[in-house]
Amino acid sequence: MNPTPLTLDELQKRFTELEPPMTAREAHIEANRCLYCFDAPCIKACPTNIDVPTFIRKIGTGNTYGAAKTILEANLVGATCSRVCPVEELCEGACVLGSDHKPIEIGRLQRFAMDHIYERGTVPFTPRAPTGKRIAVIGAGPAGLCCAGELAKLGHEVTIFEKNPLPGGLSTYGIVVMREPIQVALDEVAFIQQLGVDVKTEHEVGRDISVETLLTDFDAVFIGVGMGTVPPLGIPGEDLDGVIDALPFIAQTKLAEKQGLEQLSQLPIADSIAVIGAGNTAIDAATIAKRLGADKVMIIYRRSEAEMPAYDFEYDFIKREGVEFRFLTQPLEVLGGDGKVTGLRCSRMQLGDVGRDGRRQVMPVPNSEIIIDCEQVIKAIGQEKLTIAELFELDTERGYIKVDGLCQTSTPGVFAGGDCIRNKGEAMTVTAAEDGKIAAKAIHAQLTSALAAD
Amino acid sequence: MADLSINFAGVKSPNPFWLASAPPTNSAYQINKAFEQGWGGAVWKTIGSPVLNVSSRYGGWSYGGHKLAAINNVELISDRPLEVNLKEITEVKRLWPDRAVIVSAMVASEPEAWHDIVKKIEDTGADAIELNYGCPHGMSERGMGAAVGQVPEYCSMITEWVTAVASIPVIVKLTPNVSSVTPPAQAALAGNADALSLINTINSIIGVDLDTFAISPNIGGKGSHGGYAGPAVKPIALNMLSEVANLAEVQQAGVPVSGMGGIQTWQDAAEFLLLGATSLQVCTAVMHYGFRIIDDLTDGLNTWLDDKGIASVNEVIGASISRISSFGDLDMNSHVVARINPDTCINCNLCYIACDEGAHQCIDLMADGVKIDPKTYTGTSKPEPVVREDDCVGCNLCSLVCPVDNCITMVPVERHRPHSTWNQLVSERPEVLEWDGMEHYREEVGIDIH
Repeated sequence: MNPTPLTLDELQKRFTELEPPMTAREAHIEANRCLYCFDAPCIKACPTNIDVPTFIRKIGTGNTYGAAKTILEANLVGATCSRVCPVEELCEGACVLGSDHKPIEIGRLQRFAMDHIYERGTVPFTPRAPTGKRIAVIGAGPAGLCCAGELAKLGHEVTIFEKNPLPGGLSTYGIVVMREPIQVALDEVAFIQQLGVDVKTEHEVGRDISVETLLTDFDAVFIGVGMGTVPPLGIPGEDLDGVIDALPFIAQTKLAEKQGLEQLSQLPIADSIAVIGAGNTAIDAATIAKRLGADKVMIIYRRSEAEMPAYDFEYDFIKREGVEFRFLTQPLEVLGGDGKVTGLRCSRMQLGDVGRDGRRQVMPVPNSEIIIDCEQVIKAIGQEKLTIAELFELDTERGYIKVDGLCQTSTPGVFAGGDCIRNKGEAMTVTAAEDGKIAAKAIHAQLTSALAAD
Repeated sequence: MADLSINFAGVKSPNPFWLASAPPTNSAYQINKAFEQGWGGAVWKTIGSPVLNVSSRYGGWSYGGHKLAAINNVELISDRPLEVNLKEITEVKRLWPDRAVIVSAMVASEPEAWHDIVKKIEDTGADAIELNYGCPHGMSERGMGAAVGQVPEYCSMITEWVTAVASIPVIVKLTPNVSSVTPPAQAALAGNADALSLINTINSIIGVDLDTFAISPNIGGKGSHGGYAGPAVKPIALNMLSEVANLAEVQQAGVPVSGMGGIQTWQDAAEFLLLGATSLQVCTAVMHYGFRIIDDLTDGLNTWLDDKGIASVNEVIGASISRISSFGDLDMNSHVVARINPDTCINCNLCYIACDEGAHQCIDLMADGVKIDPKTYTGTSKPEPVVREDDCVGCNLCSLVCPVDNCITMVPVERHRPHSTWNQLVSERPEVLEWDGMEHYREEVGIDIH
């Protein structure tokens, strides 16, 4: 039932960054193709407003370090964004050259510049003189890191509390190795630490540090905790051996990259696997399952192709990986024998009217039950909201922390950003980065006006 | 198929494309290869006085990721033994009777030396001799090359020495390293030159290495000024060609001119022809891509002539010379304005910023029919560049920076003022030479400069 374990060579081949880096010559030619538009649409299309034409021009003139500096001025997690951003929908989608030929490869050029600065290892910013103000940041993901970094640049003393053993949030644990190697995420954190940010890992709020301490010992708090674990399916058979969560599954492959890829051959992988859900996490989990040697990997989704939340480029990619799709299929029960998964009992679904969320609703087709044979089930049906809002007694909206335009929560001095506030719109690394920046600016404004009043 | 053959001062060539005297014409091996691929002629790399070359020799200038927008060199005239060159020239001419084989020469400025080299060249059977008065480095320091070309008296003197004994046509190759190219050209003709060729390379330093601070090309830690050539020099060459082609001495006697300087494509070639070149010499493009470019040079030129319904390349030689005017004779009341096609505009806004910061502030960014400030605009409609035609001075800049073909066109507009030139105006209304008079004149004819 289990596929033959893969050799280390084969694992290395399969678990490496997919997109090759640009060579210097390639970057130079591509950069020189950029028109250097005035008031360029790519800048506006970037949620962090990176000055794209300026950084590309700098690559074109051989000033790659300056290019990276321009990117970092707008976005301290530019290396991650260059790899995970849906650029077709953002900067590259807005490129004026896309109208009649090929848009500039902004994402790859950004990666070229960011790789350069991390290889060089020089932080291009000098923090301002210390202000004496202390800020606590909860969560060392993109939102928290950007908020912390921006505040440190302004001279504030920032401490990040991260519950996991490694900082970086989703960049470290959640983005598949093929899109972002773990080292990229860790380099990004190291850079922010070099700005003077203290990162305390394995510090969970409510367990290792209390809310009271945070509120009394610090002048402001930023919450960037992301989302929680995958919620239960709520169907019989869920506790069978062979039903796993997508997120820890992905995290294991990321950590294996750091700790030794041979670990991957220890992961329990069946020959046929059903992945439940069709978001980006489901796609990632299915990709990994396939690359770990599973013969048949199926994505089970209760809606149709059109409602699928995964990006188009990911959908295209995973089809090429050989993953199959079962649309309009709702799992009703995980079937098992001897405590092990043997299949999924599902109902066929049909599309109905457009619901309040703007997507077409689905309803079961009567008497349409089918059995899908599988030996393993990976759950990827979204993430639970975290309880941090309760700990801080913050107002929420549909379970997400409620904030104003400056990322301020209902409690003065407490700010939040990233996926934990993203109750509408797309949750992306780049929007989390922008939240961190907005909050940092607002916190700085509050603290400096307080300083002036002192 | 148009007829591409030319007759240059009696030298016949199946097409106007000759290899210029330079590294690609250093040997029979190379010229045989070139002729096999269709080149109409070749000017043998200059022979004459003994030399020793340095290493390295060439420097390149890249622009916008494109290599060799220009090249410079400190290579000297042929360093192969004179006898070897003469023997190979003889062989090549014997093998290729229908091609133009011309020999470039440069010797010490003594009549005997020149008489001797002319005799040797004629013995090879070569079709013509080209006097190298242009080499700007190495030879000029020894009183040859540009040292001759820069002094009209020397030009006529040495040309006379040569023409007195030569039985084959004598072409004088001019240097661009002068304040005006016409006095040396006139001097060469006074010395009975049969034809002229230009331009030789331009004095240049192609670059400085930002790591070592060394000059490029780096020769044992130092560098020297070298001869500049390639695509970047074409406009300079075209101007000098037109000045020479426009000379009364050239026009009246029908002196043929061989044009060169940055010819890379058939379009470049056509421009040289239109400005008065009968034959065209090519070097840098061949150094970059090889002899094979001759296929497109002849094919492209042919297609262009056929499309224009022109039967022979000779019909276009000099056809644009009459279009060259002095500034004072240009019609000041002819007016064009820029028009942007909103359907093909891709909103790069390069025209806007070029006009606003680099020219005359005649383009606005408009959203929903209202002029916006890009710094403060927060609306959702995409701002579009719009020309204020009444203010547009017709400078062309926007159309030059626009990356979309034919998106910005310069459209003639009628300003209802009669044809008038600066020279006419000054002779009829000399008061315009003072600001008061000028203001009055502008008001009278309705010229408003914002």
